[in-house]
Parts: sequence; C-alpha cells; structure tokens
Amino acid sequence: MNVMTILIQGTLLGGLYALFAIGLSLTFGIMRVVNIAHGDLITLAAFAALVVTDTLAISPFVALGVVVPLFFALGYLLQRGLLNRTLGDSILPPLLVTFGLSVIIQNVLLEVFGANIRRLPVGNLETASLQLPAGIAIGVFPLIVFAAALICLGALQYLLYRTRLGRAFRATSDDPETAELMGIDNRHLYALAMGIALAFTALAGVLFAIRTTFDPASGPIRLIFAFEAVIIGGLGSLWGTLLGGVVLGIAQSIGAAISLEWQILAGHIAFMIILVLKPDGLFPRTQD
Amino acid sequence: MSLLSTHGLCAHYGDFQALFGVDVYIERGETVAVIGANGAGKSTLLRAMIGLLPSAPAMVRLDGEPVGNLPAHDLVRRGVALVPEGRRLFRSLSVEENLRLGGDFLAPGAWTLPRVYELFPRLAERRDSPATLLSGGEQQMVAIGRALLSNPRVLLCDELSLGLAPIIVREIYARLATVAASGTTLVIVEQDISRALESADRFYCMQKGRVSLAGACGTVTVDRAALTQAYFGL
Repeated sequence: MNVMTILIQGTLLGGLYALFAIGLSLTFGIMRVVNIAHGDLITLAAFAALVVTDTLAISPFVALGVVVPLFFALGYLLQRGLLNRTLGDSILPPLLVTFGLSVIIQNVLLEVFGANIRRLPVGNLETASLQLPAGIAIGVFPLIVFAAALICLGALQYLLYRTRLGRAFRATSDDPETAELMGIDNRHLYALAMGIALAFTALAGVLFAIRTTFDPASGPIRLIFAFEAVIIGGLGSLWGTLLGGVVLGIAQSIGAAISLEWQILAGHIAFMIILVLKPDGLFPRTQD
Repeated sequence: MSLLSTHGLCAHYGDFQALFGVDVYIERGETVAVIGANGAGKSTLLRAMIGLLPSAPAMVRLDGEPVGNLPAHDLVRRGVALVPEGRRLFRSLSVEENLRLGGDFLAPGAWTLPRVYELFPRLAERRDSPATLLSGGEQQMVAIGRALLSNPRVLLCDELSLGLAPIIVREIYARLATVAASGTTLVIVEQDISRALESADRFYCMQKGRVSLAGACGTVTVDRAALTQAYFGL
C-alpha cells in the first residue's frame, strides 16, 4: 500500500472520529459535563438504526431521519430529567452518573440484542471506490463520512457564532448565573445543548455502524477515540477537533499498514506524543 | 401598590444569614438609592430582589404578587433587570453580542440596539471588540446597555462606580439620569453617599443586614450625623 493511500485513508477515518468527538466537545464546552456514556450512546444509536432499518425495511441513510430526531429528544429528556440535577460546583457527580449510564446502556443492549457482532448493510456503497491516478483508491463511503464531518462542523460553527441560540450557549458557558439575568432558563438551554449533541452523536453512530461492525461493548473504545480527537485538537476548538480526528486516523492507518494489531496502539501513541509536546492540544482555545 | 417591595426579607448564603427582615418598597418612576458599608447586605438585597437568591414567596413582591421563590430568568421576563456588581460581561462575546443577548430572549420594547448606541456612542465604535478588552468605564456601559435591552420596568444597579475614575462615574450617572427621565424605575446601590443622595429621590441606608435609616434625598433634612450613625453604626 502506498504512502499516499495511507494518508488519505487516515484522513477520511479522521472524519469519523471528529464526528464521534462533536457531541462530547459540545457537552463539555457548554455544561462542563464529561459524558462517560458518550461512546455507549454512539453504540445505542447504531442499534436504534438497526431496529429502524429492520422494522421499516429502509436504508440506514433514510433511518437517520428517524434516529437523529429521536436522539435529539432523548438528549433533551436525559439532560432535563437527570443530568441537570447533577450539575453544581463539582464535575464529579455528572461524571459518576454518566459512568452509571454507560454501564446500564451496555447491559441493556447485551440483554436485548445479545453479544453478536452486527453491521448496517448499505449494499454496493460499502466497497465502492474512486480510482485516482498513481494507483490511489478512495472509498466512496469514507469520503461521504468525511464530508458529513465537514458539514456538521460548519453547521455547528454557524449555530454557535451566528445565531441567537449560539450566543446564549457561549454566554452560559462563560457565566451561567449572568446568563439567567438575560432571561435564559439554563435548565432548558442545557437540555437543548444535550439534544443537539446527541443528534450529532446519532449521526456518528449510524455512519460508524455502516463503516464497521459493532456490538454492545463497542462504546468505550469510541469514547476513547472521541476523547483523543478532542484533546489532540485542543479542548473547545471546533476545527481543532477535526484535525485531532485526522491525526488519530492517520496514526491508526500507519499502524495498520505496519501490522494490523498496531492500528489502535499507534493512535494511542500519537495521542501520548502530542500530550507530552503540546498538553493544550494543537489549537488551544485562545478565548475561553 | 408599589412596583417592587420586600417584606421581612431574610436571605442566607449557606449557614450565613445576610439579611434580617428587610422592608423596602420601590414606587413606579422613582430612583431609590441603597447605601451602606461593605458587607451591609446591599448586593444581597438586589440579588434577592431579582431571584438570584431564593427567599420565601411573599418576602419579595412585584406588582403586589409574591415572587420571592421565582428564578431570575422569570423575574427578568417580568421586567426586573440587574447590572451586576463587577459588570460580569460574557468574555467570549463581542460588545455587540453582549448587548444583543440582553434582549435576545425577551419581548422587544422601547430600548433597541441603536438607542443604546445613542446613549453610549463610544460603544458603537467598539462594537466588534471582545467585551473584556474595553476599559472599565466602557465595560460598565455595556453592562448597563445589556440590562436596558431587556426593557426593564425597574433597573437594579449594583456599585456602578466601583473601580472607575470620577470623570467616568460622572458620565455614567449623567446617562443614568436620562434613563430615569424616560420613565424607568431605578434602584442604585452605591458606596459613595453624596453621589447616591444626588441621583436619587429616596434612600435606604443598610447596616449589618438591616435597614438602619430611610428617607427622602432632595430635602436638606438628611441629617448627616444620623446618616453617619446609620452607615457606620458608630
């Protein structure tokens, strides 16, 4: 496999990791909640899409039309009904509650669906590829995932910096008490933020389930990838998250080219190196 | 019926009691000064009035209705606004974004962005600058403008002069007089007694969480000796 192919594949894989990371980054950025259940919510979205495609006999892409709004609602209710009660001066309670949630989701999925490995089929698209000069081949589906990541980050950028709701999100992140003085109900705003985060997470989960196999225990490693992408890119930096995902993806592709068992390890090693050299990430947020 | 009033208001920070049965009333259209030494409970009074510090429902009344247990965002919707101590601008927002946010989630009214820029022309020049890069005086103007954009019926101002040069303080109080003239009710918390008595119709002096003296400002009858006694407890 030539070097160019490895880099391109790694970059495209990075798009998926950036998608994994968006929800995590958003909830941390706005509510200072480190959502340990994030990876399991990705897996939950994959299983939800599986049920929807099986029941309605539709393509996974069409199923997004069901799963994404469903996860928005789930996020809203989860924050409003549970996580808002854990918020306070300490970041520990939400950490513990989402850890509990992670365990619950994994075990419920195991109970309902069993331990079998699953996949969302999309027919020819799974193997379709574009042939470029010099013998380079690019998978069409990874390209779609990367484009989706770009669109999501662009949309999020627009939301945060060009809309009324985005201003409210940034203000509440700065100073929740003063945001209340602007007539903002923080409980509602946090619930909206979690809803949006889980909508992105649902998209990530479905695309992930098309790209590769999954089972009820797939969550924790996705959480790690999402964490690594966020930290490499710089906490709170949107486009840094994409770069973080790409760095992770390329490292994994290089690892996989050496030997398949090196794939995951190479990503972690790249993460460790960047953590040592630039502890704030590649794009530390200049303004909080 | 007063616009805003407190009735035996008690407030606590954890185990620490900051207010002990405070009774004040604010009538429509008037400007009321609240003076007192550090730690007398002035800011606490404002925070309790706007719901940042919860109290028993009947301890705070707006238009006669009990509102002591309502959250701040609810009271803001009902026409109370606070310029918080230390200004508390949103540091990741520009000047204009800070101002806009003041009215973003509330019903529109007489105060609009152009009108705030008219009141504080210096802010129009700095509109795209990050709010925290402004001078202290300009930041205070943003904080006032932001509160005005919520179109409050009563504007609570906490220590506007804190850390500002006298010339800036004069400018800000001159603008505030314009706001009062437009019909907005003002409550001004201030450590500078002369400044407060000059700008207000009536005053309350607080000491150790209680109202120690109250009266009208305009008349020469403000007994300085009594005020000193009420202020310092000497």
